[in-house]
Amino acid sequence: MIDSMTLDKSRLLHAYRRMKMIREFEERLHVEIATGEIPGFTHLYAGQEAIAVGVCEQLSDSDYIVSTHRGHGHCIAKGCDVLGMMKEIYGRQGGLCNGKGGSMHIADMTKGMLGANAIVGGGPPIAVGAAIGSNDLAGRCRGFGMPAERVDGADFHAVFDAMGRVVQRARSGAGPSAIEAMITRFYGHFEGDPQNYRAKDEVAKLRMSMDCLKRFRARMLEGGPLSTAELDAVDAEAIALIDRAVIEAKAAPPPPAADLYSDVYINY
Amino acid sequence: MPQLTMRDALNQALHQEMARDERIIVLGEDVSGGAGGTSGEREASGGIFGVTKGLLPRFGEGRVLDTPISESAIIGAAAGAALAGLRPVAELMFADFVGVCLDQIYNQIAKFRYMFGGRSTCPVVIRMAMGAGMNMGPQHSQTIYSLLTAIPGLKIVIPSNAYDAKGLLIQAIRDDDPVIFLEHKALYPRKGEVPEEAYVVPFGEANLLREGEHVTVVAIARMVPFAERAVDALAKEGITCDLIDPRTTSPMDEETIIESVEGTGRLVIVDESPPRCGMACDIAATIAQKAFRSLKRPIIQVTAPHTPVPFAPALERQYVPGPARIEAAIREAMKDE
Repeated sequence: MIDSMTLDKSRLLHAYRRMKMIREFEERLHVEIATGEIPGFTHLYAGQEAIAVGVCEQLSDSDYIVSTHRGHGHCIAKGCDVLGMMKEIYGRQGGLCNGKGGSMHIADMTKGMLGANAIVGGGPPIAVGAAIGSNDLAGRCRGFGMPAERVDGADFHAVFDAMGRVVQRARSGAGPSAIEAMITRFYGHFEGDPQNYRAKDEVAKLRMSMDCLKRFRARMLEGGPLSTAELDAVDAEAIALIDRAVIEAKAAPPPPAADLYSDVYINY
Repeated sequence: MPQLTMRDALNQALHQEMARDERIIVLGEDVSGGAGGTSGEREASGGIFGVTKGLLPRFGEGRVLDTPISESAIIGAAAGAALAGLRPVAELMFADFVGVCLDQIYNQIAKFRYMFGGRSTCPVVIRMAMGAGMNMGPQHSQTIYSLLTAIPGLKIVIPSNAYDAKGLLIQAIRDDDPVIFLEHKALYPRKGEVPEEAYVVPFGEANLLREGEHVTVVAIARMVPFAERAVDALAKEGITCDLIDPRTTSPMDEETIIESVEGTGRLVIVDESPPRCGMACDIAATIAQKAFRSLKRPIIQVTAPHTPVPFAPALERQYVPGPARIEAAIREAMKDE
């Protein structure tokens, strides 16, 4: 099992880059959605990056994940192409699902990302099947007595280590586990949610106390292997790539009319 | 040629395909009928209808999975296993249980290929036993195919005899798209000639079982043998019919029905489903749109009533359209003569 304390510089940079990429992707979507150019419902993952990245840094492309309606972070953490994701969210040609899935259905089988899923609870049965397909038969269909642990969802290192333990358990054939990662959201349930259920300044306080990127940086400053200059360079890189993703997505043509009738075995 | 029951023809298809392709797995409640129980028997029955008999001892627990009673888990697991490269044949036992796992069928399996922009397929076969006639009551007797046929992305297969059952199931297993395979319980013991070797019956090709000049009769599943009896009885009086079994309702072979109606000008549709938004309506609408000017008489639909399937044998007999009702409908269609 890989412990977060033993992660070398390049792996820590990789993890931070993915977290920052998710943050920038979502912060930028928050701005772009307000322009009215992005169709449909969008559920932002900002604030929860340490969970997706802490989990997926323990996995490889041959491991499968299922996701939820709030799936952008899971997609990026699993390695989905952000340019293709942005086009998908804009409903354009070249999107990861050719514009036919949208924000809530981004998938990439080559990365083991079996799809965001707009049905709450729709994913777990599919994960059971992926486990069967991966010959993890020992754990199939075991719904009870599953070990679970609770972690601080704003702490990348804590999530990574918890995931290391459950992945080791799964790979050894000892079956499924659950991780409950405690976290909040920086934005509403969906873009446009008035969030009347939240206290005044709640989010501003959370952005101070529960920002996984700030926590990651603080940890590095306290003697971690990454310098502020190195982290700043990653930030600049992420901002530039997301900028390019938005420019390319806006420039991409919508899917051709004939696409309405493709990818389904018969149509009328 | 050997005579097999539809049950044994389906069983043979599963054995032959599983031997051919090791990516095929079978999963469902009691598919081995005993594994996981306290009897110590690894295979007690081969499924409650015997269709999966012998698969567990031959192919092992890694490929024949006796699951807990959770239809969503069975169908969702089949979906995930298909995405991960296997070719699952899931069994739902009774078609009525589709309600428990409909989300996995119509929101997940049916949509993957389209929703992911054509970058994945979901080669799942979902077998389910359907139909009235065995006094199994309202929650174990429905036909349900009308509801499933309405869902884009699924192929809907409904065999009426042993030969078709084997060839259609093999085609379903080899198909890259999700297939719902509906087996009428009353047809399991129905015998027919079945070749020993593997073969496929293609989807979207109706079976013309009788040829005649006066009336086109379209029938599905158990209604096919009932319609055969009615059509054969009337032939002795000189009333002859085309009898068409669509075999698959999605895709539907519209051409065969249209061509027949262009010849006869009269159409009787026999459907064990309730009358509203059902297959009979769907076929009638197709003919009204595409062969209206060929019709000499209004289309006649012979269906079950718009009620759940009753338990009491006397009521259930009344519910299921039988040869007498079909015969009466054909005579009605001939009234102008």
